[in-house]
Amino acid sequence: MRTERAVPTLLRATVLGLFAVFFMLPVIWLVLAATKTDDQLVHDNPLSFGSWSALRANWDALTGYQSGAILVWLRNSAVYSFVALAITLCVVVPAGYALAVTEFRGRRTLLVATLVVMLMPNATLVVPLFLEVNAVHLIGSMWSIILPYACYPFGVYLAYIYFGAALPRELLDAAKLDGCSEFAAFRHIALPLAAPVVALVGFFSFVANWTNYYLPYVLLPGSDQVPVQVGLGTLLDNVPQFNPTAGALAVQRPEVALATLLAITPVLLVFLFSQRFLVAGLLAGATKD
Amino acid sequence: MTAVEARPRRSRAAPAFVAGYVILLVAFGVVPTVYAIYFAFTDSGGAFAGLANFAVGAADFRFLPAIGHVAGYLLCWLAALVVFVVALALLLHRLGARGVSRTLRFLYYLPGALAGAASVLVWLFLLDPAVSPIGFLLRALGYQTFGQVIAPGNLPVLFAAIAFWTGAGGWIVVMYGALNTISPEVLEAARIDGAGAWQTARRIQIPLLRKWIVYMVILSFAGGTQLFVEPQLLSQASVGVAGRDYSPNQLSYDFAFQNDNVNTAAAISVELLVVGLVVAAVFVVRSGFFDAD
Repeated sequence: MRTERAVPTLLRATVLGLFAVFFMLPVIWLVLAATKTDDQLVHDNPLSFGSWSALRANWDALTGYQSGAILVWLRNSAVYSFVALAITLCVVVPAGYALAVTEFRGRRTLLVATLVVMLMPNATLVVPLFLEVNAVHLIGSMWSIILPYACYPFGVYLAYIYFGAALPRELLDAAKLDGCSEFAAFRHIALPLAAPVVALVGFFSFVANWTNYYLPYVLLPGSDQVPVQVGLGTLLDNVPQFNPTAGALAVQRPEVALATLLAITPVLLVFLFSQRFLVAGLLAGATKD
Repeated sequence: MTAVEARPRRSRAAPAFVAGYVILLVAFGVVPTVYAIYFAFTDSGGAFAGLANFAVGAADFRFLPAIGHVAGYLLCWLAALVVFVVALALLLHRLGARGVSRTLRFLYYLPGALAGAASVLVWLFLLDPAVSPIGFLLRALGYQTFGQVIAPGNLPVLFAAIAFWTGAGGWIVVMYGALNTISPEVLEAARIDGAGAWQTARRIQIPLLRKWIVYMVILSFAGGTQLFVEPQLLSQASVGVAGRDYSPNQLSYDFAFQNDNVNTAAAISVELLVVGLVVAAVFVVRSGFFDAD
């Protein structure tokens, strides 16, 4: 009996462990790679720590690339993601509220449109968006990135589901009877309850915007305007081992590793801090039936 | 997903609440769609061109290979997702130690933070035997150089691996959550009736997960057809040897920006758009997302 159970348990632990290695090994390697020289990267044990001085040297070389381009890219990413997020929240929360608790003409159409656009992969519209933005001469403007980012039907859907489930309808009706306007009801009853949905929408919107590559790649012509995701591609172009024609601007591989780490840090932090509520939120989405 | 039970109240203020969202949705959802359709059916002079642009796209020597590439990639990726995500969620769910289970879920989920260009860069290193932490494995498989690893025949599997690495964890969390909705009494009853882990999974748990598996496959399929950043960066890293014009999206991009042929670019976009719309429509009909209405 005991050995019969021990074998599956061992097998299970092995499978789970192997996948943990699969998912984590590249991340661990990446962190360590940033602490090495290119020579160490090739010759040392892949999972060894380099040195603090090498990390420092990589930092200096990386920030020296085009006099701090990496910092400009990171700033661009932050501006695009946060401004878009702010607009998204201002737009999404009232829209989700109205869709959930009120009836108006076109409501059903709006719900269907929301669902369709939400389910369509966002890369589908990139080239058409370029044509549109080009037609109104906004190519190169940061709003050509921020406004499409701010259009976030998934957020409306989350807010719609949340308000539909979380708002005590009797309370709204009572407020209405007491002569409360729709705006007052929203402000005094719905908004104070909105924190979870703001967190959830904020998380998904921020991560989606920060990690978007295709849209800014197509829409932003100037290298000083691109977000860090596109910047990583530029760095890659200048790594001699990947591109033998890389000339005077040559970038060493550990610098690219460090740049990648910097690029993912904000999302990583968001992941760490939101783990608890996120799992709860995903579960709420998963269990609502 | 029937969250809205009571009939919503009529409201004259509602348009003000949704106005901002409607403007954004029209400007960045509806207008580009209409615009793409307009370009797809006109020539460079703006005259109606029928299906000429679609014919130019389809006749391009890169078009069919690009579709074949994406099909191969989707096959590998979707198969890996269905098999491993379900298996891992079931294994995690049977894990007695809740802390271990939660930690593992988080570790599986973590690479999601590298979605986009970051994941591709990490994998470029990973696939270069000279610097890779799995260099021994690559050499054991007979690959000595980066160029050998990224041979065209390997690309569907490699792109699938990258996509799986960044995306599987989120789905594992979702599946695990769905498994948690099965009441312990049901599982206990199954156990008393003599059902083993396999029986329980096959007869109780997997049928319950089916809805979520379909959801995962449909969304992943739609997203997968849009493959762009992975082959694009790979082609940069291999000086155009691998990954150039690999996917329809890259082809559309090239038509627009290399060949100066926005009409054909738009035609390919419209084709991808139709795939996305069909997938979305199938999903809306099947899932009853807005059933309450």
